[in-house]
Amino acid sequence: MSTPLSAPLDIGFDYSRSLGPVLGRFATGLREHRIEGVRGSDGRVHVPPVEYDPVTAQPLTDFVPVGDKGVVVSWSWVAAPLEGQPLAHPFAWALIRLDGADTALLHAVDVGTPDAIHTGMRVRVRWAEETVGHIQDIACFVPIDTPATAARPGATGDPVGMMVAPVHLHYQHSASPEESRYLRALAEGRLIGQRCPACDKVYIPPRGACPTDGVPTAEEVELPDTGIVTTFCIVNVPFLGQRIKPPYVAAYVLLDGADIAFLHLVLGCDVDRVRMGMRVRAAWKPRDEWWTSLENIDHFEPTGEPDAPFESFAHHL
Amino acid sequence: MRDVAVAGFAQAPNVRHTTGTTNGVEMLVPIFAEVLTRTGLSKKDIGFFCSGSSDYLAGRAFSFISAVDAIGAFPPIHESHVEMDAAWALYEAWLKIRTGEVDTALVYGFGKSSAGQLRRVLALQLDPYTVAPLWPDSIGIAGLQARLGLDAGLWTEKDLAEVAARSRADAARNPYAQVSGTVEVSELLTEPYVADPLRAHDIAPVSDGASVVILASADRAKDLVERPAVITGIEHRVDSPVLGARDLTRAPSAENAGKAAETHDVEVAELHAPFTHQELILRTALDLDHRVRINPSGGVLTGNPMFAAGLARIGEAATRIFTGEAHRVLAHATSGPALQQNLVAVLEG
Amino acid sequence: MAKKLAAVLGTGQTHHRAKRTDVSMPGLLREAIDRAMADAQVGWPDIDAVVLGKAPDLFEGVMMPELFLADALGATGKPLLRVHTAGSVGGSTALVATSLVQAGVHRRVLTVAFEKQSESNAMWALSIMPPFQMPVGAGAGGYFAPHVRSYIRRSGAPEHIGSMVAAKDRRNGALNPFAHLRQHDITVESVQASAMLWDPIRYDETCPSSDGACAMVIGDERAGEAVPGGAAWIHATAMRTEPTTFAGRDQVNPQAGRDAAAALWREAGITDPLSEVDAAEIYVPFSWFEPMWLENLGFTPEGEGWKVTEAGETALGGRLPVNPSGGVLSSNPIGASGMLRFSEAAKQVMGRAGDYQVDGARVALGHAYGGGSQYFAMWVVGSAKPGR
Repeated sequence: MSTPLSAPLDIGFDYSRSLGPVLGRFATGLREHRIEGVRGSDGRVHVPPVEYDPVTAQPLTDFVPVGDKGVVVSWSWVAAPLEGQPLAHPFAWALIRLDGADTALLHAVDVGTPDAIHTGMRVRVRWAEETVGHIQDIACFVPIDTPATAARPGATGDPVGMMVAPVHLHYQHSASPEESRYLRALAEGRLIGQRCPACDKVYIPPRGACPTDGVPTAEEVELPDTGIVTTFCIVNVPFLGQRIKPPYVAAYVLLDGADIAFLHLVLGCDVDRVRMGMRVRAAWKPRDEWWTSLENIDHFEPTGEPDAPFESFAHHL
Repeated sequence: MRDVAVAGFAQAPNVRHTTGTTNGVEMLVPIFAEVLTRTGLSKKDIGFFCSGSSDYLAGRAFSFISAVDAIGAFPPIHESHVEMDAAWALYEAWLKIRTGEVDTALVYGFGKSSAGQLRRVLALQLDPYTVAPLWPDSIGIAGLQARLGLDAGLWTEKDLAEVAARSRADAARNPYAQVSGTVEVSELLTEPYVADPLRAHDIAPVSDGASVVILASADRAKDLVERPAVITGIEHRVDSPVLGARDLTRAPSAENAGKAAETHDVEVAELHAPFTHQELILRTALDLDHRVRINPSGGVLTGNPMFAAGLARIGEAATRIFTGEAHRVLAHATSGPALQQNLVAVLEG
Repeated sequence: MAKKLAAVLGTGQTHHRAKRTDVSMPGLLREAIDRAMADAQVGWPDIDAVVLGKAPDLFEGVMMPELFLADALGATGKPLLRVHTAGSVGGSTALVATSLVQAGVHRRVLTVAFEKQSESNAMWALSIMPPFQMPVGAGAGGYFAPHVRSYIRRSGAPEHIGSMVAAKDRRNGALNPFAHLRQHDITVESVQASAMLWDPIRYDETCPSSDGACAMVIGDERAGEAVPGGAAWIHATAMRTEPTTFAGRDQVNPQAGRDAAAALWREAGITDPLSEVDAAEIYVPFSWFEPMWLENLGFTPEGEGWKVTEAGETALGGRLPVNPSGGVLSSNPIGASGMLRFSEAAKQVMGRAGDYQVDGARVALGHAYGGGSQYFAMWVVGSAKPGR
């Protein structure tokens, strides 16, 4: 059996987060190279500030300025930094208790080797070149005797209320063995459904587990590229990440011989002419554009044959 | 309120890379068949289904929905899902049976960690405003916790290596384990740090896997397995997420869950400890002395299928009762960074 | 061995808006939680456990947010669960919280559901395609519109029904100080004049994208008896699931919904829902779902739901007011919407629904659905204890 198909799947968004009054004040301070904590119900000064007390759950509002120097409470070494981490060369994660704070902040310490950092070591903030009101305004920490740079605080102005948090992740997506067979057939211009051994229904795309019986669909059934539209909608609205230009008809296409419809495009006629029960045929892309995807079929178009009677497909709705 | 028992358990082999998909179906279908056959149940006999999994492991929103295909959910089923380790799905199922609403439940968890970069993804569990934007990876965080204990003299690197060596040796008897073998503690200590102070053996492997448990009312369980493992206590608690604001060398939520579940006199404890030092923290938190056999399965240091591993601890512990090896056992599951949230179950049979 | 009695002691929600940029996620949650605890007259020491519900983590880009929210939720040191059953999650979360009390495990449970979806973009999150697939999907609207077309065809419903529902729900929303969309002046004609987004669903027939949260405190019998003015007693609960797609699946009138409703009415001792239910908060994100769900829930025979709508019976003052709060069409923080339905039903029988109070409401339905119309969670609440 050949290996299942896989392809990269990247998911990313630059999230825009509103900070609220407490974190907003903290962020505004960072922009101005100031660090504030908040005093909790037990008298401890929390840095970074927390909106709600861990003991009483009450909102906290008693702000306390703290220094930009502190002590390493613990550390661990990052030999090969990951995407998005504070430094691109090896560094230490550390819990750092700033002078005046009772809790420790998690951040990076820029020292060349693990021998150059130890618990109890004093460190200070290295501010980013440009500070905007974000935890990354603290670029990292450095040993306290490192010469200071001339980084200037960000301009004072309106309080910071928002931050941007890019979250970009990389996955390797695998198709199931059943789906892989179907996709490889598509690369050859063939439509392969699979029959569930328990319920006898022909699924396209085939399934790792028949949804009603929980067993893999197995027996291959070659299907023609003709069928009917069971139901559809006309998509008029553009949206983020959309790949087909509206207006277009998104239709459920039930291939002849299949027991389940799949979503595809209908083109080749006025959108208002598309009907439930309309007979359609696949319009394939040029062969040299084919790969392991249902996209090899550019769209379905009407054949001009009489519509299927409603009763013949009513149970597929 | 009536007692609930574990009546069956099955797990997929813990592997570095499954050829299956992130929706878990390929790993789940065979183990559902196995556990149903063993208990003599069919899917229509199951009163409630509950699962645990994470979209972020799969890189898909609603990834748990496709997993339901593995059940064959038609006619429609009574089903729910938590975006947590399936040990908490078992808790939800335990409640349902306690209320008398259902007599049996099938609980499952699955995770294909190999699809993404696990230690990076887990950074998204951290505070989204002041911590996650720095992308602190899960291993780095565990290293901070480990060093605190080393500095305080609570454990030594040798203590950690002993946990690893014992776990691997025990895993040799576990056909589902990913990592196993005999290794000398002194050898382990010569290995380089992967994330100082952690060495490779201190860190659970990245695993793909799945597990399933059948729960039943204690009465019904007698029809399904010779020695049901009755849950005499099941409790869970969570600690503050602020890593710098609590003593990371302790797990108060595990302590409190353990006290409430009443963990005295257990013979075996399956602990969900993805880092060697965390086993030591849990042993103290749960007051487990040298008489208690820890992780006869090898524990998650020998195979750590995310979102299934905590449930598998319950299944492994129950199995000691099924075989008659033990009569009072403990199972633990954890969620979040640095043992932030913990569940403890005590079973008897 | 029987389930213990449980009741809603109090409810709270946020002001739902397109973007709640004035608060962080903890702040958003606490707005709802603080209101619910005040409404229930409880303090933190009274809360035994917390159950959080939310739709996909992708919306906010936070993995397992119950972890970072533990302090804000007052859950530190307590049991904390996070339920995720797609769009029905607000409802199923309430059901898990209810189970905790019914099982005798806890006396009072705080349950909360939220979504701060403006941090990303809901249509983006709902339209992410894995590789190898045909990128035809156009979010939730694009998913449901073909099935709405099927309903219209099957039932023969006239075209204006969708617009009638939209106008009604938005006008109801205008009576709800927390609603996102509050449109006093909307009419059936103005809805019909709005743009077709995914034919046959129009712009004004579509739910907004909202940031918001909803919370409830659920208590045991003794706690319920102590509620001034009366608690909302939980008479029945039901949830069912079926696969998103399978050969021959009825996408318009899913079996899972029918089964859940049948189990629900049975437990509640209700044989004629249209007569015996005084108010219904039903999950209607696209207006045509009102007639579809009326049929699915068994209020009317199949094919006849639209007639009840057309006759004005689902308006305030009608025989079965549906979504007196304005419903999902007026506010849709996805993870919270199900719990909003459940809590608005509770408010009706507690007499706490203000300007959209259904006079004399004693029995109300809360309903939620999710995924591809495959997850259903619902409850019946009453002003009297069940069996009385």
